[in-house]
Amino acid sequence: MHWPIDLIVLTFVIFCAIAAISVKDLLGTAILFGAYSFMMCLLWAVMGAVDVAFTEASVGAGVSTVFFVAAVFRTSRRTKD
Amino acid sequence: MKFLGVIIVCLTGGLLLYGTTDFPDWGDPSSPASTHLSDYYIEKTIEDTKVPNIVTSVLADYRGFDTMFETAVIFTAGLACFILLRDFRGKKERFYRHKPTGVVLHVKDGKKTLTVGKEFEHMDKDWVPSDLIIKTVCRILIPFIQIYAMYVVAHGDFSPGGGFQGGVIFGSSLILLAISYDLKTLVNRIKEKVLGIFAALGVLIFVGIAAICMPMGGNFLDYTALAPLVWDPHHVRALGMLGVEIGVGFAVMAVMAIIYINIVSEGRHDEGL
Repeated sequence: MHWPIDLIVLTFVIFCAIAAISVKDLLGTAILFGAYSFMMCLLWAVMGAVDVAFTEASVGAGVSTVFFVAAVFRTSRRTKD
Repeated sequence: MKFLGVIIVCLTGGLLLYGTTDFPDWGDPSSPASTHLSDYYIEKTIEDTKVPNIVTSVLADYRGFDTMFETAVIFTAGLACFILLRDFRGKKERFYRHKPTGVVLHVKDGKKTLTVGKEFEHMDKDWVPSDLIIKTVCRILIPFIQIYAMYVVAHGDFSPGGGFQGGVIFGSSLILLAISYDLKTLVNRIKEKVLGIFAALGVLIFVGIAAICMPMGGNFLDYTALAPLVWDPHHVRALGMLGVEIGVGFAVMAVMAIIYINIVSEGRHDEGL
């Protein structure tokens, strides 16, 4: 059984999600969001949904992180609130 | 205000968690989806479509209508990004670098331009000297990423992958080119018009393959009607899926590049990450 991998990855997902909304640095948030997506991708892979994991890895962890970094590049780096 | 936000988030989260209790368990054999649909797909996919990857056959054949409009949604996303962000006003000031000496020229009059070539080159406002190692590594890497993307599209029938993933990987190889060199390199290599045409062409390939089925005597998206057109009528549904996936790949690739270029340059297509 692979339930410990499940739990470890799920902990990382929650950790990344909380970190992504509490960090003040927007670039850091973008990277944390990428890490969150990658952990979700691992979770899909553990569940056996390889197609979804592949999509999550390419879209979530890959391109959307780049889009966020590109958007941060055009705004101020630190959040105001 | 913050306290109120926390309460609202907790309430919504609690409601969503409460809602999930009604869901069937993960892999529950007695859930409605497993009792009616999944059996049919698992037993009949190979027989019907000759495609070993059930996910692809469900996405591109059994529920092809769904995927067609998903592609249309992606196309609309690219279109919306273009309409919202694209800025056709030229930049007021330009920077040029004299290549042999490294002197930077700042041209404040927007109408004056210098010919870019051996002597001068374009430069971004917050310019960082492009690193030789990064440039070289990316230049070697990009063709392999693109070949891999094409493999993912072409091999979608047999292994995980397909048009969406392959298109995204191809698009990210273009983005890598823009990051490792500069945005102008990408915009000069692939013109904005070409990207727009590719995005529309992808959707048209999908809808076209689906629509050709009708004059051939089948239903919309019924690939079996295409049998007289292909060289291997036995695998006609697999070939139909392949064509459709190629269309999706075109559209997604172009839309990813359009979104990236428009976001990073504030719609000006001149300088960016």
